[in-house]
Amino acid sequence: MAERQRITLAVLALGGQGGGVLSDWLIDVGERSDWLVQATSVQGVAQRTGATIYYLEFFPEAALDAREPVLAPMPAPGDVDIVVASELMEAGRALLRGLVTPERTMLVTSTHRIYAIAEKSAPGDGTADSSKVLDAARRQAKALVAFDMQAACDSTGSAISAVMLGALAGSGALPFPRAAYEDAIRRSAIAVEANLAGFAAGFAGRDEAVPGLPTPLTLEDIVAEAERRLGEYQDTDYAALYRARLAPFAHRSPELRRELARTLALAMTYEDVMRVAQLKTRRAREGEIRAEVRAEPGQILRVTEYMHPRWQELCDTLPAGLGARLERNRFLRRLIGPLFERGRHVRTTDIGAFALLRLLASWRRARRATLRFARENARIESWLAAIRSEPDDALALELALAQDLLKGYGDTHARGMAKFETVIAAHRALRSEASAVKKVRALRQSLARGEDAPATSAASA
Amino acid sequence: MAERSFTAEVEKLKLGAGAEFRGEGILAVTKALLQSGVAYVGGYQGSPISHLMDVFSDANDLLASLDVHFEQSASEAAAAAMLAASVNYPLRGAVVWKSVVGTNVASDALSNVASGGVTGGALVIVGEDYGEGSSIMQERTHAFAMKSQMWLLDPRPSLPWIVDMVEKGFELSEASHTPVMLELRVRACHLYGRFTAKDNVRPAFTVRHAADAPVRDTERIVLPPANFLHEREKIEQRWPAAVDFVARNKLNERFGPDGGEIGIIVQGGLFNTLNRALELMDLSDSFGDAKLPVYVLNVAYPLIPDEVRAFCAAKRAVLIVEEGQPEFIEHELNTILRRADLNTRVVGKEILPRAGEYTAQVMRDGLAQFLRQWSGVETAPAPAPDTSDIAKEVPQRPAGFCTGCPERPLFTAMTLVQRELGQHHVSADIGCHLFSILPPFNIGNTTMGYGLGTAGASAFKRGDGKRPIAVMGDGGFWHNGLTSGIGNAVFNKDDNLTIVVDNFYSAATGGQDIPSSQAGNKHRSTRHAIETAVRGVGVGWVRSVDNTYDVRRMRDVLREALTTKTTGPKVVIAQSECMLNKQRRERPLFGKQVKAGKRMVRARFGVDEKTCTGDHACIRLSGCPSLTIKPNPDPLKRDPIAHVDNSCVGCGLCGEVSHADVLCPSFYKAEIVFNPSWRDRALDWLRRRTIGLLAHG
Repeated sequence: MAERQRITLAVLALGGQGGGVLSDWLIDVGERSDWLVQATSVQGVAQRTGATIYYLEFFPEAALDAREPVLAPMPAPGDVDIVVASELMEAGRALLRGLVTPERTMLVTSTHRIYAIAEKSAPGDGTADSSKVLDAARRQAKALVAFDMQAACDSTGSAISAVMLGALAGSGALPFPRAAYEDAIRRSAIAVEANLAGFAAGFAGRDEAVPGLPTPLTLEDIVAEAERRLGEYQDTDYAALYRARLAPFAHRSPELRRELARTLALAMTYEDVMRVAQLKTRRAREGEIRAEVRAEPGQILRVTEYMHPRWQELCDTLPAGLGARLERNRFLRRLIGPLFERGRHVRTTDIGAFALLRLLASWRRARRATLRFARENARIESWLAAIRSEPDDALALELALAQDLLKGYGDTHARGMAKFETVIAAHRALRSEASAVKKVRALRQSLARGEDAPATSAASA
Repeated sequence: MAERSFTAEVEKLKLGAGAEFRGEGILAVTKALLQSGVAYVGGYQGSPISHLMDVFSDANDLLASLDVHFEQSASEAAAAAMLAASVNYPLRGAVVWKSVVGTNVASDALSNVASGGVTGGALVIVGEDYGEGSSIMQERTHAFAMKSQMWLLDPRPSLPWIVDMVEKGFELSEASHTPVMLELRVRACHLYGRFTAKDNVRPAFTVRHAADAPVRDTERIVLPPANFLHEREKIEQRWPAAVDFVARNKLNERFGPDGGEIGIIVQGGLFNTLNRALELMDLSDSFGDAKLPVYVLNVAYPLIPDEVRAFCAAKRAVLIVEEGQPEFIEHELNTILRRADLNTRVVGKEILPRAGEYTAQVMRDGLAQFLRQWSGVETAPAPAPDTSDIAKEVPQRPAGFCTGCPERPLFTAMTLVQRELGQHHVSADIGCHLFSILPPFNIGNTTMGYGLGTAGASAFKRGDGKRPIAVMGDGGFWHNGLTSGIGNAVFNKDDNLTIVVDNFYSAATGGQDIPSSQAGNKHRSTRHAIETAVRGVGVGWVRSVDNTYDVRRMRDVLREALTTKTTGPKVVIAQSECMLNKQRRERPLFGKQVKAGKRMVRARFGVDEKTCTGDHACIRLSGCPSLTIKPNPDPLKRDPIAHVDNSCVGCGLCGEVSHADVLCPSFYKAEIVFNPSWRDRALDWLRRRTIGLLAHG
């Protein structure tokens, strides 16, 4: 093949991330440096979420010799010099399309994740494995620049396209000086200061290792965290009860003890009205929210909570006997029930609402007498008994992990409870079988992935 | 176009002779129309040609100064019917739309204009939405060109060529009295490049001249006996005239050497990709100096038999690179060669795929096989990196509703209603709302075309069972849905529910104005209420919900529509402004006000990470891009929790959903007061002091 004069570049981004702006900057940079630039794209129209690809070809004007080169409208595997990806899975998509080849391609990618709808809507953890994609990138690319560009945006207030431009410039893959890129940003005259800061952050970005999974907590760490939390949730006696409940498992496998210590703490800190009120009236909360929504000093923050007290929660919160009677009382339910059918907007930055929540939180002193406590406590006792009486550590672990199926509030919680019961029942039915561990685990995992509790009997699992 | 300005693009249209034009392919076509002395332009927006419509909409002064009439047609049929102006008068006219769907809609008028023939040049510019990025059924416009006998230009994707083909297209149309189609693929429409401009040409004869001096010729009207005459004319006069024009003007090109035993014939629009594939196989270079003879069909229809015969005569085989199916060109080549008794083998779909886009990779594979079979040459294989280990990791990213989209709460409400009343048959339509068929909503059974949502449910009569639900956008409603859907349902005594999504724009095509748009428009008449139109065709049960974010109200109205004893069609009009366009208008305004020191309040939502349990039920009822997940900060919990990122526009749906479905107490609305007043500050001081005393931990 004759000596190659063109440079080819593909940008993979999500709609709305400014792939078009990046493309425009690159056109400007190229043309002002005496390169012929062709650019094209298959973007969606107006919608903002799909994957888009922009493709550019640069050809030196000096090599034109009064002829027009034939430039291609789409990238060809083996022919792409540079791939810029705005997000790690988009880099993955470039890899899958064969655009990144070891002989030729410089890959510049952000390592942060924007989760796809399938990942987000999975009831449990449906997220893709970033490390696999990054490994493939290291294997396939001739050179790699990979770092968290979103973090650079957050710290500079720039658009991610400016960070991408900076990273591309810093990679040295294009024959243009830094000033050429910065001039292009200035000429576009939009958010120039922020974008220049983002560009600089991108320019300094180098291939960074992505933090792997955090190392799992030790049993001691878990117990310490649990006791702190139980003390806050109720009192020191409650924390002592936790320790006493764990004691019979001292001789069991380390994994079972660790997981049970974790799930028991979660079971004993179920989210009731008092707990929610307590969490919403912590002193540190305002600062957390200000950071989360990026309120700046001098700006005033007002916070409105979306709460939906239900009839059931009223019953749950009353002393057990009274609560149970009220639960069955149809007359009262018809009378007072309508008060509990609407959601409430509670402005916790107002004094009255805050005081009310404080009052509700303080009701936790009476928690041990409430209907909900009686029920949760009984459930915990029988769950622990089932785990205790299961001699096989692996099978007992499955029971301990079943607690993770309990999530949410209201109907969502009820569905979680049905899933939990399904696992407990399956264990009872299958425990004598040789493949019991495999079957119960498969059931638990499929329940964790699915939204609805199955109506099928445990034995058919 | 209420919320976007195309002033910069309009400036490019004013460039004079010798100036260098730089911009997108479709904008180059727009400029080329003015350079060709076009007298009138119409069309219907849609990817990938929206830009042409948008820029002309913003170019009123320029167009007026050139005496060019421009119209945002009600539909492609309306646009095609405009070409009637070129039948009797020497007026050059152009219409534009997304194809093949727009051509489907336009085909009645196209058949008529093609039958009678034209006096002035008539150009139909189609954005061929085929292959990657396409949102429609994969068909070819080529079929329409053939069946109505309109010539089809398929220029190679290079701006000078595209511009030249617009001018040549008008001349061809006039020389052969035949409408001409100019086909541009998606990438060609968006192709940024350059060409040397010419002066704009004011039409010598304008639409006003025509209207002032009407000409009538019954032989141009499709009615017996003229219709039979037209068919003869097409074959005996117009076709030979076209072939002669194309040959004389050398609209088709030749690359590479003259001789050789094998060669390639390629559609013009595919040439650049083909050349790249050849280059990667060491068979061409950056300037198209191919080592094999290549014949480029910038005119895809009709073929020029003399040229084909000359190219094929001494060759054993030619490869025809023709994208899509049926392979009309391949068929025609075979016919030409048989009639000439030439034994050149035409190789096409036997080695190139019958379906799908012809990417460089596809072409390279096909070329390798062609060379192996017909010249015994083995070429180096294309690199094929093994990435199977990540195939399962990289998730699909279907397009979806934008952050804060007002249509999302509508489908949330439908989800809630269907939970109560059971699943209904849902006939979907074309527009952003069609994203309901994807996760997380999974709502919608069929879609039959733009504005046809209601008609698509019309087989389900008799309201004794569950009522089918039809969804229609405001764009589709005015395009044809008012008559084909609503009028049809009234006349046929349907009992169905139609939900009209009224977001004030033709949103999916880029936010163009339509009759029911709320913004004032100096050049169009807007603010025509959909409810008035619906009642006007005889619907009695109509409810307008002017705030779609009120999920409970939306749910209650839908429930009523599905359960009411009232007979006849029910129409719910769900009205809230397209968030993308609203933000385009309001965001810069907000920034300006804040800078000016005005007290402004910005709302956004957040998730309390301490109370979120990670069940993601909220996400399954929303799917908002800003509502996402993050690793669980609680060391005792495993699954990711919900999280609202900073792109949140504060539409409030998260909170409404958690209320309507009694989800959880984790959502909060944070209102940030910019430039607070002294009163704000005093109250805030008091609140913080008191709350500081009450708070714990």
